[in-house]
Amino acid sequence: MREFIHQSNISKLIINIITILLLIVSIGLSVSYGSTNIALGTVWEAVFHFNPELTTHQVIQELRLPRAFSAALVGAFLAVSGAIMQGMTRNPLASPSIMGVTDGAAFALVLMLAFFPTISTMGLISSSFIGAGLAVGLVFMVGSFSPSGLTPVKLALAGVAIGTMLRSISSILSLHFNLEKQMGFWIAGGLDGTSWSSVTILLISGAIGLFIAISISKSITVLSLGEDMATGLGQNNLMIKLFGILSILILTGAAVSVAGAVGFVGLIVPHITRFIIGTDYRWIIPSSILFGALLLVLADVVSRLVNAPFETPVGAITSLIGVPFFLYLARGSGGGK
Amino acid sequence: MMNAVEVKKKKKLVGVIVLLILTILLMFFVSLSTGVIQIAPADVIKTLFHQGTARQELVLFDFRLPGILLALLIGAGLAISGVILQGITQNELADPGILGINTGAGLAVVLFIYFFKGQLDVTSSFSIFIMPVAALMGAIVAALIIYALAWKRGVNPIRLVLVGIGVNAGFAAFLTIFQLKMDPQDFRQATVWLTGDIWNTSWSFVFALLPWILLLIPIALHKAHSLNVLNLGDDVASGLGTNVESERRQLLLIAVALAGASVAAGGGIAFLGLVVPHIARKIMGPLHQYIIPVSALIGALLLMVSDTIGKNLLAPTEIPVGIIVSLLSAPYFVYLLIRTK
Repeated sequence: MREFIHQSNISKLIINIITILLLIVSIGLSVSYGSTNIALGTVWEAVFHFNPELTTHQVIQELRLPRAFSAALVGAFLAVSGAIMQGMTRNPLASPSIMGVTDGAAFALVLMLAFFPTISTMGLISSSFIGAGLAVGLVFMVGSFSPSGLTPVKLALAGVAIGTMLRSISSILSLHFNLEKQMGFWIAGGLDGTSWSSVTILLISGAIGLFIAISISKSITVLSLGEDMATGLGQNNLMIKLFGILSILILTGAAVSVAGAVGFVGLIVPHITRFIIGTDYRWIIPSSILFGALLLVLADVVSRLVNAPFETPVGAITSLIGVPFFLYLARGSGGGK
Repeated sequence: MMNAVEVKKKKKLVGVIVLLILTILLMFFVSLSTGVIQIAPADVIKTLFHQGTARQELVLFDFRLPGILLALLIGAGLAISGVILQGITQNELADPGILGINTGAGLAVVLFIYFFKGQLDVTSSFSIFIMPVAALMGAIVAALIIYALAWKRGVNPIRLVLVGIGVNAGFAAFLTIFQLKMDPQDFRQATVWLTGDIWNTSWSFVFALLPWILLLIPIALHKAHSLNVLNLGDDVASGLGTNVESERRQLLLIAVALAGASVAAGGGIAFLGLVVPHIARKIMGPLHQYIIPVSALIGALLLMVSDTIGKNLLAPTEIPVGIIVSLLSAPYFVYLLIRTK
């Protein structure tokens, strides 16, 4: 038995190492594909022997690299948020986009830009956290008022309603304050316009959010078995939930402020991860980081190829991947009740 | 033979209808007189009888009147579509917007504009009459897809709504992709239209939608009895001699046609078809021969009021009416959600 667990841990490790290698390759692809294709050798040169006089080197350093890194980080954050949500609520449909979190963050961003146009980047990011928190709070409130609790269906419907409401207000504000372009960008989701400063923002928020996520991962495994069981094992569920929500808000808020509403990543990745890696959140969370990063980097490459030389919002690509998955879940456990 | 209760109900129906029509007339004049260019109510009446200035006539007849009439027609169409959908799915959260039927119709119209852009003038009256047909096709295809995907030894109402949400997201993604392939001006037009826009309208839109509404509402009323029977549950309904699946399919077609035609004329307006039937049921009770006419009037009133709010709230910025409707109705949806088991 001990040997078996040991073995399967090794195979999990191998899967993760393979994913890391795939991630490196896809980041390479992401950097070399674009409106002008750049050979991988040149990419190598630009990274390790940077020559500021060459345009290609500048394109790589200033545009392509930060974009690829942002894609990887945003994908990772959304995936981990989804994993924590699904673990905490034991609801297969829980994820940032379904729960209106991304709409909440976008709402706060439009609100800030409308009334405080001179706001600093840091201010924008913090308001994005608060907006995400507002949406989560509202959705959970609907659940707690409801006699039958937050069933998977109710969660999805409450998310749709709260999301629509927040998006309506954002649309009105953006029409009035001429912020349609920014608003459209956040709604559709996209990675063009990312720079090294986006990467910095993501890295700082990620360090905090992922640290919390990993440190509560063992307790989430227990929580995912059922609250009574967790209480029986002497776990302080309220504390764990609070920390879980905190890390969801930090991770989703940062992701939305950089890339807008990129849907379905947080829904799909945790399911795939659980299917491959099993039910232990100490493994699920690190693997979700890798799978989420890989998914979004690849989706971003596809978004540039689908309608070249124009870009398609990456959110549309992830939706197309995610919808069949959502439908499968809706036909299965989610729609059973 | 009419018993006393039925007579009382009929009287109540007449009273409610008269009250609603009076409110609609009142709001009709308010709506006509407000806007960026204010026209006093007395002048509105004068202008309607061709006694106003040329400028007033232009504003009223070419801009405001068609918009308001269109709002009334779309409101009635979407409300009845919602009544039927809620009746046949026995699901009080059903709505053409939430189920993805509106987005399906929208996608069909965008595809139509995208593929035939070169061949014919999109703003010509011919394509305005063809657009409802395209939207109708899209709505039917969407309904078929949703129905087929939700089918698993019968259609469970909750699975239907969940599948609808998913299909809706999928259509929305295709919409984004195709919209971006359009040139910028079409793109902007399509975006505004998709959020529910009925102000840039002309008489041709009114005439394109009118036959659908005039044809489908009497059919819906005629089918009210089937809806009542279906509401008793599939087992009771077949026990009473109704061919449940066939009736359900016919009613679904009527609902989809109403939603499709309304979307073609007014864009995606969500939640209206959800909320209005509830209000009508609260007033009139569960019988559909009463719910349908009252819903039509409430839907018309609600959309006209929302349109007026959208035009005046942040004037001169005009807010698409779909946004106002969502903002007004989403809280009610949340309330329903909390209440349902």
